[in-house]
Amino acid sequence: MSPSTKDALLIALLRACAVAAAAVVVLIVAFVARDSWPALRDIGIVRFLSDDWSPTGADPGFGIMPMLVATLVTSAGAITLATPLGIASAVFAHFYAPRGLAVLLRRVMELLAGIPSVVYGLWGLVVLVPLLLRFAPPGQSVLAGTLVLTVMILPTVALMADVALAAVPAPTLQAAHALALPRHAIALKVAVPAARSGIVTGIVLAAGRAVGETMAVLMVCGNVVKLPTSVFDPVRTLTANIALEMGYALADHRAALFVSGLCLLLMWMALASTAGLVRGGRHA
Amino acid sequence: MLDHGHGRALGAAVALCVSLTFAGCTDGGSERSVTSQRLVLTGSSTIAPLVADLARQFESQRPGVRIDVQTGGSSRGISDVRQGLAGIGMVSRGLADAESDLVGYKLAIDGVALIVHASNPLVNLTQEQVVEVYTGRVRDWRELGGAPGPITVVHKADGRSTQEVFLGHFGMDPAEVEPSVVIGDNEQGVKSVAGNPGAIGYVSIGAAEASAEFGVPIKPIALDGHVATSESVALGSFPLVRELTLVSNGPLSPLASDFVAFARSPYAREFIEAHYFVAVD
Amino acid sequence: MPSALRAGFRRGDGLLGLVVWGVAIATLGLFSWVVGDVGLRGVSELSIAFLRESPADAGRAGGIAPILVSTGLILLVCLTAAIPIGVGAAALLAEFTRTDGALGRTVRVSLDVLSGVPSIVFGLFGNVFFCVTLGLGFSIVSGGLTLACMVLPLVIRATEEGFRSVPDEIRQGAAALGFSRASTFAKLLLPAALPGLGVGLALGIGRALAETAALLFTSGYVDRMPTSLSDSGRALSIHIYDLAMNVTGGEPRACATALVLVAVLVTANMAAASLTTRASSASGIR
Repeated sequence: MSPSTKDALLIALLRACAVAAAAVVVLIVAFVARDSWPALRDIGIVRFLSDDWSPTGADPGFGIMPMLVATLVTSAGAITLATPLGIASAVFAHFYAPRGLAVLLRRVMELLAGIPSVVYGLWGLVVLVPLLLRFAPPGQSVLAGTLVLTVMILPTVALMADVALAAVPAPTLQAAHALALPRHAIALKVAVPAARSGIVTGIVLAAGRAVGETMAVLMVCGNVVKLPTSVFDPVRTLTANIALEMGYALADHRAALFVSGLCLLLMWMALASTAGLVRGGRHA
Repeated sequence: MLDHGHGRALGAAVALCVSLTFAGCTDGGSERSVTSQRLVLTGSSTIAPLVADLARQFESQRPGVRIDVQTGGSSRGISDVRQGLAGIGMVSRGLADAESDLVGYKLAIDGVALIVHASNPLVNLTQEQVVEVYTGRVRDWRELGGAPGPITVVHKADGRSTQEVFLGHFGMDPAEVEPSVVIGDNEQGVKSVAGNPGAIGYVSIGAAEASAEFGVPIKPIALDGHVATSESVALGSFPLVRELTLVSNGPLSPLASDFVAFARSPYAREFIEAHYFVAVD
Repeated sequence: MPSALRAGFRRGDGLLGLVVWGVAIATLGLFSWVVGDVGLRGVSELSIAFLRESPADAGRAGGIAPILVSTGLILLVCLTAAIPIGVGAAALLAEFTRTDGALGRTVRVSLDVLSGVPSIVFGLFGNVFFCVTLGLGFSIVSGGLTLACMVLPLVIRATEEGFRSVPDEIRQGAAALGFSRASTFAKLLLPAALPGLGVGLALGIGRALAETAALLFTSGYVDRMPTSLSDSGRALSIHIYDLAMNVTGGEPRACATALVLVAVLVTANMAAASLTTRASSASGIR
């Protein structure tokens, strides 16, 4: 086979892989849209924004605003906490740690990434919630959810930042060293900006995990559908809502739950596209 | 690329996977619905562990038979049975009027008790007091005669049969309730109350008794003077009770019929009690 | 990174050094706290029999052998599907498209969106698409394929970073020698990018083992030893969930199962790491 035929075949194969990967999301969005259509048609978008949430009551309400806010607040909080911690961890592994400790930290991060959400939720429920209870009842709260989510997404940020820092070309670092820059400057002003693209990717993946997390937030957030006025108030996220009620919901209620899922997807799509714009160029 | 050793290992793993898939396809494809050898049950996750234990016991007595138990909630059980995706549905309540096209077989009954933290001095609540707590009119334990402190109201999520039984008994509409915490499964309720001295919730009586025995710091309290124990449920003197039902769409297949008979026989009693439900005669 | 830069040079480190050391200690401490707390509740239930027997009494007695096997098979299906597609897509994004090209942008945005789909939605989608529409039913295959969809963004993005870490000199050298792009890719770039794939694998395995909601509706609840990939099989995470949240008195065994899962994770991650480092060093690039 001539080199150019081999090349063409390879590129075709790779394109197929990429298209397959992209097709999955199209299928999922189509599926969610299809099953939410009955509710959108019968109940109407306005009621989803203005009602209370009481789908099984005598006078059903399908308002999802408080849950949308809860999702945004807990995820944003988790990202705000996890990003600096994750980057710091990766900087530590690359610039400050003795070799053995860096490897240990990486292994620990990989482990933390693999602990089931139900274990984090269980730990949150029996350890964290009683701790927070001392500040304000009921303990299940925005803060509990944010803290548990932070712990869950920290490994993703840290590991991706780790890979990104490893990808910074050695000559760049050597040049900085040759200029007698102190270590903290090399790390923060040379390496991290050079690894910006990979780090932002890690943040986006982590944010996705936070927004999509179901089990753990269901166990520690309290699941009350109300706009929070303080971090100690219980809230219900959109994902917890679907998980809590899907198994016991009939017809309209079920379709309404799919609408909340669709809302979540659309919100996330908007966020992800914005992040894509921010990510910027390939090489620093 | 990969050195030979790793390449061979990877190739072997992939080959194993592929052959397992094809092995499965031959006998898996024909057993989509109920056949003489396989039965699928779906439905409530509350009774799924019990039914799975019964299924395992049944399988050990009838080699070659496979009974698959899946969860997904009571509504799932109803809809799967209607669509023929399952042979039998598991529902943690009695059948509703809208479900009169289906046949129900009572498996067991389950009492629902109010629980509080073990350190709470209260032992009884009246009907009115419960309604006032759950609608948010009473917010402090002081008003009920207990030690001062805010009441954390633990409530089950909408659509769950425990919640429907509870609200139905007290005549409350779901929209009237003002919970502090909403929970999904029984154990989440138990753990929420166990971790909070000011909490009150409601769970299956059997689960409450068993947890208290295991040392979990909760205790069931009496309702209107009726003591909340499995005995009082069995005697019929406890007012808050729900049925656990197996459901079918039309006549049962021979295998399904045998399994239902087994599940309702005296032999199944020990399993029902091991799961802290109350067997019916 | 070059050892000359790693070796301590204390001058000017001050605040950042303090911060990063603090984060590292906090991370290790957190890990010990979570695993230790759960582990203490469950360690008394661990035994060899626990690993070899089938569950009895709703999991409160007996062991988890069939569940371990089911989990392993689900993981195998997931990785078998996700790795080839993932590496292929990553290669395309990193090597064979313009960064600002339409295909590259579309795929990247799709992956970002995919990474934010809630796990419960994956479960419902997997149930409708793999179990019902494709007719696979509640099965290990359905579960594995659903998980493959979930871990694709992780595998692809990490591998893409791995490709980017390969210095351009290698590509230029190969071109100067007259290598076809396909040969350059297969013999030089792919081995050099393996560490990135290793991280993608670790993240993917971690996510796959950690998933509960997605598997409940696809690979199912049956705890019998699977005889083929089309059997329903209960994964470790679902067993932990059932014992902790659904079965009264199941918490000690739930914690013991969690410990076993951590052990499985450690083994799987070490295998992934050794596979990729050995393979990449064997190729002579690093």
